[in-house]
Amino acid sequence: MPVLVLSTSLVPAIVIFFLAEAQQRTRTLVNIAGALAKLALVAVMLDGVALGVAYETRLGLLPGLDLLLRVDALALLFLTLSAFLWLLTTIYAISYLGQGPHLSRFFGFFSLCVAATTGIALSGTLVTFFIFYELLTLSTWPLVVHQGDARSIAAGRRYLAYTLAGSAVLLLGIVWLESRTGPVEFTVRGSLAGVDAPTLQAVFCLLVAGLGVKTALVPLHGWLPAAMVAPAPVSALLHAVAVVKAGAFGIVRIIYDVYGTTLLHELSLGIPLAAVAAFTVIYGSARALQQDDIKRRLAFSTVSQVSYIVLGASLFGPYSTIGGLAHLVHQGLMKITLFFCAGALAERLHVHKVRELDGIGRTMPWTAAAFTVGALGMIGVPPIAGFVSKWYLGLGGVQAGHVWVVLVLAGSSLLNAGYFLPLIYRAWFVPGAMDRAPGRERPFWLIAPAVITALASLGVGALAGLAMSPLGWATLIVERNYTP
Amino acid sequence: MLPDLLAVGVPWAVASIVLPLAVALAAIALGPHARHLVLPGALLGAVIALAAAAQVLAHGAWHHAVGGWLPPLGIRLRLDGLAASFLVATAVVACGVAGFSRRLFEPSARRETRAGFAFWPLFFVMWAGLNAVFLGADLFNLYVALELLTLTAVAMVALDGKAETLAAAIRYLLFALLGSLAYLLGVALLYARYGALDLGLLRAAAVPDAITLAAGAIMTAGLMAKTAIFPLHGWLPPAHAGAPTPASAMLSALVVKASFYLIARLWFDVLPAAATVETSQLFGALGAGAIVFGSLLALRQEQLKLVIAYSTVAQLGYLFLMFPLTGSAAAPQPWAAAAWTGGMFHALAHAPAKAAMFLAAGLMIKACGDGRLAPLAGIGRDLPIACFAFGLAAVSLMGLPPSGGFTAKYLLLTAALASGQWWWALAILAGGLLAAAYLFRVLNRFLIAPAEAAPRVAVARRDQAIALALAGVSILLGLASLVPYQLLQIGRPAAAVGGLS
Repeated sequence: MPVLVLSTSLVPAIVIFFLAEAQQRTRTLVNIAGALAKLALVAVMLDGVALGVAYETRLGLLPGLDLLLRVDALALLFLTLSAFLWLLTTIYAISYLGQGPHLSRFFGFFSLCVAATTGIALSGTLVTFFIFYELLTLSTWPLVVHQGDARSIAAGRRYLAYTLAGSAVLLLGIVWLESRTGPVEFTVRGSLAGVDAPTLQAVFCLLVAGLGVKTALVPLHGWLPAAMVAPAPVSALLHAVAVVKAGAFGIVRIIYDVYGTTLLHELSLGIPLAAVAAFTVIYGSARALQQDDIKRRLAFSTVSQVSYIVLGASLFGPYSTIGGLAHLVHQGLMKITLFFCAGALAERLHVHKVRELDGIGRTMPWTAAAFTVGALGMIGVPPIAGFVSKWYLGLGGVQAGHVWVVLVLAGSSLLNAGYFLPLIYRAWFVPGAMDRAPGRERPFWLIAPAVITALASLGVGALAGLAMSPLGWATLIVERNYTP
Repeated sequence: MLPDLLAVGVPWAVASIVLPLAVALAAIALGPHARHLVLPGALLGAVIALAAAAQVLAHGAWHHAVGGWLPPLGIRLRLDGLAASFLVATAVVACGVAGFSRRLFEPSARRETRAGFAFWPLFFVMWAGLNAVFLGADLFNLYVALELLTLTAVAMVALDGKAETLAAAIRYLLFALLGSLAYLLGVALLYARYGALDLGLLRAAAVPDAITLAAGAIMTAGLMAKTAIFPLHGWLPPAHAGAPTPASAMLSALVVKASFYLIARLWFDVLPAAATVETSQLFGALGAGAIVFGSLLALRQEQLKLVIAYSTVAQLGYLFLMFPLTGSAAAPQPWAAAAWTGGMFHALAHAPAKAAMFLAAGLMIKACGDGRLAPLAGIGRDLPIACFAFGLAAVSLMGLPPSGGFTAKYLLLTAALASGQWWWALAILAGGLLAAAYLFRVLNRFLIAPAEAAPRVAVARRDQAIALALAGVSILLGLASLVPYQLLQIGRPAAAVGGLS
C-alpha cells in the first residue's frame, strides 16, 4: 500500500519527463489521474488507520538499515493535506502556466516533489526520512529557477545554499546518533537509552538546526522570501504543501517519535526550542508588516505561521500538540488560498504591490473574497481554521504552565491583523482605477482552487468538532500515540 | 543436464582477461571493420563479469592457479567479492563507453583516421589490463597489468594528436612511469626480503621491519602518483579533460581506481602488520586534502571538462579516508567494516557516475562547439536527456540520496563518528557541500533562459540515453545496495574488520 501511494506521483513524474512539450492533453490527463488516484488511496487508508490497520513496506538498503515506509496516523495527517492540495495546485498550475515553455520539465519535477513529500510523510526511519527530504530539495530547485532569468537563478542559488547546508547538518546529526545506537526507527521507544545526555543534546540541536532551514526558523529563514520569485504554483508548493511543512513535520517526528517528550523534558530542550519558535512567530510577523510586495508579505507570514507548529510541538502538552498538528493542515489550507489569489491577481491584473490592490474587490470578487477568508483565518477570526489552532495552542500553553505563550499568540495576532487588514480594506473599500472592468476572473480553473481552499478552511474551522476534521484527527494522534 | 556454469573452477576470471585481449587482437586484424566486433565483444565481457560475480556469490572467494601450477612456481588469480564487484563496474562502464563510441570513431568515407584505427584495440587492451589488476594475486603480474594500463591510457589521451593534449599525455606518461618504477623497486625489495611475489605467501611471511615498511612506502608512493592523489594530482586534469570523451570516461571512472585498488590490496591484504597509526592518518590527511583542494579548484574552472576532471581529483580523496577510518588493531572499532566497505562502495559508485558525466559533457560540448561553461546557457532545452544524466550523476557525486554515493558517504560518516574521528566526518561533509557548489554552478547554466537561442549541433538521442543509463546505475546502486554490499563482504580482508597494524 505505501508503495502504491508513492507511485501515484512517482510514475506520473517519470512519464511526464518523457512526454514531448506539445503533448499537453496527455500530460494533464496523467497529472490529474495521478492526483485523483492518490486521493482515493488516501481515503482508503484514512478509513483503515482509523480502525487500527497498519500498512508497512520494507526494502533492505544495507544490513540492518531499511528503507521503511509506514502509514501511521501522523503520516496520514500530512499525506492527506499534500494529496488534497496537490490536486488543486496541479489544476491551478495548468491554468496558470498555460502554454509556457518547459512544461514537461515543470510538471515532471512538480510530481517528483509530491512523491518526495509522500515519502517524507510515510518515512519510518531517520535515514528514509533523510532520503526523501533530500529528494524534495533537489526536485524543488528546478521549479524555483523555472523562469531562468537572473533573479530566479539567484533565488535558486540561495535556496540551495541554505537547504544543502541544512541537510549536511541534519545528516551529521543523524549519523552521529546512529553511530551510537544503530539505525533509528520512528515510534520504537527507548532506543536512545544508552546514549549520554550531552551527546543527545548536541544531536538534537543538529537535527533541529538542519530541519529548521526548511521550516524557516529565524535565523535560517533567508531563502523563503527570496524564493517567492518562483511562479505562484511553486510558491504554493513551497509554502503550503511541501517544503516548509516537511521541515515542521520532521521536527514533530524528532520530538515525539525519536526522542519522546519525557526524554526531552529531562534534557531540558523543550523550552529553548519553544523560545526560538516564539521569536520566529513574532519576528516573521513584524517583518511582514514592512513588506510592500504582496508575495513577500505572504512569505514572511509563512515564516511566522509555520513556527506555530513547532511552538505547539515543543511545549509537550497534549493541547498544544493538538493545536500544532492541526495548524499543519490549517496553515496549509489558508496559505495556499492566499498564494492562489496572489498568483491570480498577478496573472490577470498584474497586481504585485499592496497599493495596487485598490478596488480589486469589484473587479475580481471571488478572488478577493477567498483572499479575505484566508487572511481573516490567519489573523484568527472564528470560525475560520486559524482560530481553532490558536485556541488550542493557547490552551496548551496555559496547561503546560507557560502563560507567555498566550502573550506571544496575542501579539502575533495583532501583527497579523496589522499586515492583513490593510489589504482587505484596500480590496473592498478603496475605489480602484477606472480601467479595471469586471469579467477578469477567468479561466475558471485559475479561480476555483482558491475558492475551494477558502471554503475548506472555513469548513475545517467550523466543523472542527468532527472526528475526521484535522483537529479531530490530531486529537486521535495525540490520544493514540503521545499520551503517556 | 547442463553443466553448472557457476561451479568453482569454471574459469570466468581467466576469461575476463583473455576475451578483451582476443577482441583487441581481432580489432587490429580487422582494421576499419573492427566496429562490428565492438558490441558483441563488450556484451560478452559484461556477461563474463556477471558470471564471475554470481560465482563468488554462490561459492565464495577462490584462487585460480593459472596452468595448474601453484605458487611459488605458478601464478594465481584471486576472485573474491571485491574483485568481482570491480569487474562488474568495469564491464558496465565499458559497455556504456563502447556503445557511445561506436559511431564516434566510424572511419570517414575519404580516409581512415588514426583515432578510428587505434581506439578499439586500445580500449579492449585497457579493459583486459583493468581486469588483470583486479584479479592479480602476484606482485609482478600486477606490475605487468599496471604497465598495460598506463600505456593504453597515455595513448588514449594522445589520440587526437593536438599539441596541448600531447603535452598533457607526456606529463601523464612521466608521472605514470615514475610511479611504475617506484612500484617495481618496492616489489624488488619485497622479493629480496621474502623470496615471494604471491600476495598470500607474502602476507603469511611479512613482518613489520624497516625493509618491509620501506618497500610498502615506495610502492604506495608510486601508486599514489598513478592515482593522482593530492598533491600528486597535477597531471590528471589536463590529461582527463584533454582526452577524447570516451577516453576521459574510461580514465576518470576506472583507470585511476586501478592503482588505488592496488594500494588498498597492498595494505589490507598483504602488509596490514606493517601499517602504523601514523601512516593511516597520513593517508587520511592526503585524502582530505584532495577533497578540499580538488573541489576548490573545480570551483574555479571555466572549462566544463576541467570541472569534471578536478571533481575526480576530489572524489579520489574519499577513498583514502578508509585507511584511518578502519582504525587499528590496537584500537579496533565496531564500524571498521563500514569504513572499508564505504570506501570501496564509493569507488564503485563513482565509476558509472563519472563516466555518465563525461559522456554527457562530451555531447554538450559537441552541441555547443565550445568547451567553456558560458555557452551552456539554456542547453537544458536542446539536450534534455544529457542534462538529466548530468544531474543524476551530480546527485551521486554530491553524495545526496538516493544514490550509491550517498550509501558510501553514510558508511564512511558512521565509521568516522563511531570511532571518534570526527575531523574526517567534517571533511566528508565539507566535500559534499563543495561538490554541490561546483556542480550546481554547471547545472545552473542548463536552466538559464538565454536572451537569444544559440545555434546547436544536433546530437543523437541514443547517445544521450547511454549517459542517462550510466547515471541511472549510480542512482540505482543507492537503492539496491544490499547485494553489492554482500558481494563486497565475500573474502573481505581480515584487516578491514580488525583495523590496520
